[in-house]
Amino acid sequence: MLDALKIQPRTGANAVLLDVRGVTYKAAGRALIDQIDLSLRPGAPTLILGPNGAGKSLLLRLMHGLLTPHSGEILWRGGANSLETRRCQAMVFQDPVMLRRSAKANIVHALKLRGVSRAEREERTMKALATAGLAHLAGSPARRMSGGEQQRLAMARALALEPEIIFLDEPTTSLDPASVKAIESLIKDTRDRGVKIVLVTHDVGQARRLGGEIVFLNKGRITETRPASAFFRKPESRAARQFLAGGIVE
Amino acid sequence: MSDFSSAFSKAFQLLISGDAALLEIIMLSLQVSLSAVLLATLIGLPLGSILAVGRFPGRTAVAAGVNALMGLPPVVVGLAVYMLLSNAGPLGVLELLYTPTALIIAQTLLVAPIIAALARQAAEDLLEEYDEQLRSLGAGKLQTISTLMWDGRYRLLTAILAGFGRAIAEVGAVMIVGGNINHVTRTMTTAIALETSKGDLALALALGIILLGIAFAVNAALMSLRGTAERAAHA
Repeated sequence: MLDALKIQPRTGANAVLLDVRGVTYKAAGRALIDQIDLSLRPGAPTLILGPNGAGKSLLLRLMHGLLTPHSGEILWRGGANSLETRRCQAMVFQDPVMLRRSAKANIVHALKLRGVSRAEREERTMKALATAGLAHLAGSPARRMSGGEQQRLAMARALALEPEIIFLDEPTTSLDPASVKAIESLIKDTRDRGVKIVLVTHDVGQARRLGGEIVFLNKGRITETRPASAFFRKPESRAARQFLAGGIVE
Repeated sequence: MSDFSSAFSKAFQLLISGDAALLEIIMLSLQVSLSAVLLATLIGLPLGSILAVGRFPGRTAVAAGVNALMGLPPVVVGLAVYMLLSNAGPLGVLELLYTPTALIIAQTLLVAPIIAALARQAAEDLLEEYDEQLRSLGAGKLQTISTLMWDGRYRLLTAILAGFGRAIAEVGAVMIVGGNINHVTRTMTTAIALETSKGDLALALALGIILLGIAFAVNAALMSLRGTAERAAHA
């Protein structure tokens, strides 16, 4: 499905894309992200799993540079994660942010902000819309589209940017099953094209379906980082075991 | 009562016949208020945007100041502009007092805070929603402002129309700095004040009807803008 888009892996086989080193983020004096170390490499998706309030979305925003850590550092390919390096990245939010424009104009505008030439914008936009199955809604006001369509449009907008890494913050929360399936299919296709996926979810079923590497987060700390198969077979931390059993995580 | 009905009938006659004196006053009023609104827009939109998007020391104080200036009494603005432009004032050498330019300056000062404050509010509301998305896309300050201006264009137009409504209906400031000089600085509002005090109700009523018509037209335009914005999912 993503053949139309020119997303290509541009990374060395195993070079660290994004390195989180001893990062702490505080609010009202309390550490919501506490001394986290995490290295993201190209390849399998990284799924950040954990209960509500664990700090998953915060961690994603820190990695994307939308928030600044109080201590520690976040490196992109060994250098500082700046406005410039953010241009190699894309993010899809839990509640898609749609500009008051048509579906097509939403993507065109994003490409314009990234400095893509006018001629290329049109081509990439139409391909991205086709990829997300939204070509027939190109002229529709984005904010009049259904929740599922808006989230697919947000995915299409992110993919049109041809990022090396894409951060997804619970993109299927509050969507109907058909929309969840469509988004997950887009995520898998994106992964298959070599784009690094970093997905935040508290949906165990989704984590099982997408696989990859699981980073389990609880109370602002990573309790374990393991391949999905091993994690689901035998989680190491007590918090993860409680979470998978559907219990209240302490 | 018969005086009033005769005044109404004379007023309609003036309107229908396209009385030259009446037209002159209307044209001057429109010219002054439209120029003032244009200038106020050129000041107010950038100022409102910078206050919404910029992060600098004193921003909150400036925003509060602009908000307070929205309720500026026209006579106070008139007095301030009079002092600026009078012979003894710092800009007296320009000899602008009692000219249409003085009227434009006074109305610009009255309207600019309205446009700036409403534009800031519109941009801030949108920014709250768009901020993370725009930063994720790597938008700079200017790109952020242009995005907010475009997506908030219906609310900005509403602000501009509100400013025009204030300018065209204002009487205190233009009376002080214009002096209500016939053929020079006589606007609709100052003419109504003068003609009423003279007891010549016909011209005052005719101008009053025009002013009411403008007020209705501005409101109709505002409602139509709101409808268009909602239809285009811009609300």
